[in-house]
Amino acid sequence: MQLKPYAQGFAVAISLAVLAGCSSTGGTQDGSMDGTSGTGTAGSGSASSQGMESGQGTSGSEMSDRDAIPEERTIYFAFDRDTIRPEFESVLEAHAQYLKNHPNTDVVLEGHTDERGTREYNLGLGERRAQAVEQYLSVEGVSSSQIEIVSYGEERPAARGHDEESYAQNRRVVFSY
Amino acid sequence: MKRLNLWAAALLLTLCAGMAHAELTIEITKGSDQAIPIAIVPMEGGDELPEEVSRIVGNDLERSGRFKPLSRDSLISRPSNSDDVHYQDWQQLDSEYLVVGKVENQDGQYRIQYELLDVNGEDRMLGEVVTSSRDQLRDSAHYISDQIFEEITGIRGAFSTSIAYVTSNGVDDNIKYALNIADSDGHNNQEILSSDEPIMSPAWSPDGRKLAYVSFETGRPAIYVQNLSTGQRIQLTSFEGINGAPAWSPDGRKLAMSLSKDGQPEIYVMDVGSRDLTRLTHSDAIDTEPEWAPNGRSLIFTSDRSGNPQIYRYNLGDEQAQRITFTGSYNSRGRFNPDGDAIFMVTRDDDGFHIARQDLDTDRMTVLTDSNWDESPSVAPNGTMVIFATQEGTRGVLGAVSDDGSASFRLPSPQGDVREPAWSPFLD
Repeated sequence: MQLKPYAQGFAVAISLAVLAGCSSTGGTQDGSMDGTSGTGTAGSGSASSQGMESGQGTSGSEMSDRDAIPEERTIYFAFDRDTIRPEFESVLEAHAQYLKNHPNTDVVLEGHTDERGTREYNLGLGERRAQAVEQYLSVEGVSSSQIEIVSYGEERPAARGHDEESYAQNRRVVFSY
Repeated sequence: MKRLNLWAAALLLTLCAGMAHAELTIEITKGSDQAIPIAIVPMEGGDELPEEVSRIVGNDLERSGRFKPLSRDSLISRPSNSDDVHYQDWQQLDSEYLVVGKVENQDGQYRIQYELLDVNGEDRMLGEVVTSSRDQLRDSAHYISDQIFEEITGIRGAFSTSIAYVTSNGVDDNIKYALNIADSDGHNNQEILSSDEPIMSPAWSPDGRKLAYVSFETGRPAIYVQNLSTGQRIQLTSFEGINGAPAWSPDGRKLAMSLSKDGQPEIYVMDVGSRDLTRLTHSDAIDTEPEWAPNGRSLIFTSDRSGNPQIYRYNLGDEQAQRITFTGSYNSRGRFNPDGDAIFMVTRDDDGFHIARQDLDTDRMTVLTDSNWDESPSVAPNGTMVIFATQEGTRGVLGAVSDDGSASFRLPSPQGDVREPAWSPFLD
């Protein structure tokens, strides 16, 4: 079952979330928090307290293998498109090769869009782009169990401008190892 | 231990609330020709208050687009009681209505006495005494605005309501996101959640006590429901793929949402108590942004099954979906008015994205805004205004437009991007 009641950790999580909020505006209360939150590190965001990820082993030891993770980890898309542009096929092939050589390594494909259009709809568009990359990798022989997709839609822009140059940088899929 | 943590969280919430957050300030961008002139005389004793009640009432009424408060310089006299009013003075000023009153401090409590007068009918329409603590002065002013608005227009005032919205600062891996709640005029904003990961799509429960929203704090999207008075929250969904666009049913028992766990984003309905899940749509397209009709018998949602995003209506009775928008190549994120006979949405034309209204009996669409980056419309609980996100320079700000487009205002934020406003239901 995918549903996980959040209740067991909510108090800690909320403390952390609130702390993060406070520290961005005032930030002198770190000391007073330590004793009550029980988790110490201040301002680290609330993500750490949850542990929702499954099967996402930290693969630090594999990093020292003979071939490193391909350096180019972002590919870009045309407006309103999810087709892989020919100039990025070599990037995908390099990642496919790497993932096949490292069957215990997982990758998150982060799908992004530019800011045009409504936010939730853009989540869908970002997911389509990541799925196009997933499909390419799977045709190349990468196991689907190594791939997770997270669409961010327009929520994490790489560039903030309202011009085509910025949009082009934002329409992307990022390989996150 | 858990109790202690909760207590500490509550204390911190209070601390945060007390900190000086930059507040949203209103700027009227377009006034209606139809706006009713009203004279609001500064209350006697009012300038000694920490919050000037008369000014808040005037700002509220002006922001509604339906009233045009006279400038203070033009006021001929400053009566504080209807007995002292010379109606001819106000008739000469072409003011249709007049508000007078006074404030007295009695043992730390404020006693606010106000009257609403019909200038041409030379008649007292409303008179009331409101008792308020120092901290409640803004709330009391909004209450008075609500009474005046309803007495004159016949429509319940929505000044004593709140808005939730999302802020973000930074780029790419260094963005800070926060979920905030403020009064409907942008004051008293309080951060209720902050994260290094995106926060999206806040949605008020019909009783105004909870917010559902999407947070990526675990590294992927999940839907949460947070109780606003206790701060307590639950993670309602964390399916594989998109967990998005939560929308409460009118009875508050169900949430419609968009989930892509089966491959493509589809519309689902979850019973919040039992967590039973029902899938409504079956298409190869993106189906998202569900919204319940006020009578709970149908939902609208956005789908690009025709090739580009359009709004569809799903009837829960016969389980059929029908396309309802046909004007233009991009219509999305529909929101009903309280009567359920019109929707507000985002529409695209050659200039960009605007807020539009479509009347459902005639299917006629009217574009309400002339700004070009408008999204996330959210309707006031009395249906008179729509708040939305737009751009000013390179920053995201909130705007609002009257339901007919005749009046509009902005709530610029001094820092960062502000977006995804959600107007609360009536809160009482």
